[in-house]
Amino acid sequence: MPSIRQNSYPEALPDFRNLGVTARALIAVNLLALVAALLAEPDWNAMLDAYVMQAARFEPPLVASLVLLYALTPWLLRFSYWSGCVLIVAVVLVFTAATHVVLGGFAAAGLVRSLVLAASTAAVVLVYLRLHTKAYSPALAEARLQALQARIRPHFLFNSLNAVLSLIRRDPQRAERTLEDLADLFRALMADGRNLVRLADEISLIERYAAIEQLRLGERLRMSWDLDSAPVDALLPALVLQPLLENAVYHGVEPGTGIGDVLVRIERRGDRVLVRIENPWLEPGPGTRAGNHMALDNIRERLMLFFDDEARLESRVEGARYRVDIEIPYRSRA
Amino acid sequence: MNELRVFIADDEAPARARLKELLADIGGELATTVVGESASGLEVIDRLPGSQAQVLLLDIQMPGIGGIELARHLCVLENAPAIIFVTAHDRHAVEAFELNALDYLVKPVRAERLTAALKKALSAAPAGHDHVARLARAATGAREFFSIAERNRIVLVPVGEILFLKAELKYVTLRTSAGEHLIEEPLVSIEREFADRFVRVHRNCLVARAAIRGFERIAGGGEEDPHWSVVLEGTPERLPVSRRQWPVVKGVLPDGKE
Repeated sequence: MPSIRQNSYPEALPDFRNLGVTARALIAVNLLALVAALLAEPDWNAMLDAYVMQAARFEPPLVASLVLLYALTPWLLRFSYWSGCVLIVAVVLVFTAATHVVLGGFAAAGLVRSLVLAASTAAVVLVYLRLHTKAYSPALAEARLQALQARIRPHFLFNSLNAVLSLIRRDPQRAERTLEDLADLFRALMADGRNLVRLADEISLIERYAAIEQLRLGERLRMSWDLDSAPVDALLPALVLQPLLENAVYHGVEPGTGIGDVLVRIERRGDRVLVRIENPWLEPGPGTRAGNHMALDNIRERLMLFFDDEARLESRVEGARYRVDIEIPYRSRA
Repeated sequence: MNELRVFIADDEAPARARLKELLADIGGELATTVVGESASGLEVIDRLPGSQAQVLLLDIQMPGIGGIELARHLCVLENAPAIIFVTAHDRHAVEAFELNALDYLVKPVRAERLTAALKKALSAAPAGHDHVARLARAATGAREFFSIAERNRIVLVPVGEILFLKAELKYVTLRTSAGEHLIEEPLVSIEREFADRFVRVHRNCLVARAAIRGFERIAGGGEEDPHWSVVLEGTPERLPVSRRQWPVVKGVLPDGKE
């Protein structure tokens, strides 16, 4: 089963198909070159010249390596961490040698010197990427994940139980269905949050959640679903959508005196999955609830753990609506 | 046998249905009749006074106006019902320690607890000043409304609509752009509760900061000394600023225009 854990320290090779990884590698190498130039030249202008000269030599192998590594990523991931690292350094060395041959006399340093420099630079970047992964490793984030899962509002649990109690005599079948929905919801809440789930599962979870809220709030909650083009096989971290919908109801519908329209729209656009959850924006005032953005921050953090800089989460007030938008890369199990 | 008249206020229909079921269940021990129910606080204000309810089962978390503030306004009724708060979880009790002193049920409510609370309500003395004071301490913020008891009716005036408050003898006059109301509350405690909303311009007068449009110099004459007065939005009336308050009041307009 794919899980965030697969990316965890120390087994994970950097994913060169991830924009964040590629950008970090580019920036790290250029920074190293700048520092080298700074050490070599006392004068600022001379330093810049040296950097530009060097750039002509290291940028071509750097860019070529990143492109090839992007292409090789699926193949590369089959190797263990250390063999993978050796392969990555090998790729860098081949391109460095090729650049050396092509540029020929232009390059001042000898071939061996260039290769040693390239290999050490590659090693430094790999160590940096590994530290970066480690810093955001799920092991460290686990406590926060568990905290998030324990976070379902007691308010919701007790009100739901109370609603079920009210149904037992009048409508036993609906009471049964509601208890089943509650059970599914809590099963998901107590599951291992590091696993990735199919969008289809997450959607059925929020539909169950919405059914319970519907029972409690009746016509005050008006849900609209726009899921026709949702990529049901897309993978995403568990429990990303439910807390957002819970927020929408808790802040946008329950404190309001009128009917609250909540919209859930999920669609695929190219290789991106777009999620939008919208609810009425209630001016802070009598009865409204102060938010602390904890759920949003937590979800953003979890999206980052898995998708790095390729995921996006934004929230804003537009007119009388509060809107949360999520964008993640489309990945399926296949 | 006399039935206890109960009013139920909860914004969730299933919760109201559950309370009615429980009241029916305990009927053998304690006969009750439900004389009204409401799904919002403002509805309670409208309907409760005419219902002759003796006990109000009141959800704390309701849209529009919360249960605790609602209870404070209901206390002004001549025949105010005993209030039993109902809430989904006791975070409120922890936050508002004073609430523990009042009757208090957690959802899901048990039949025995409900019986006990109703019996206690029956025997308790009608809500007194002590009760009101406790409610005031249990509230976590300033009120959103002032309440005025009119015969057997409560009128709520949103704090945001008030232009100024003026103390006259025993009463304080609330002035909105629509009219005037009298309340019996010391100006000092209003000033304290709503410090960020009203500013004192005179010994006997608080003015809504948001309503201030500017100041005018009154030349004086006869027995009147020259002084500043406040120009307000929504009323042609000018209110004198005392010499003592002028340094404070003139700073209210952000750009210092006069």
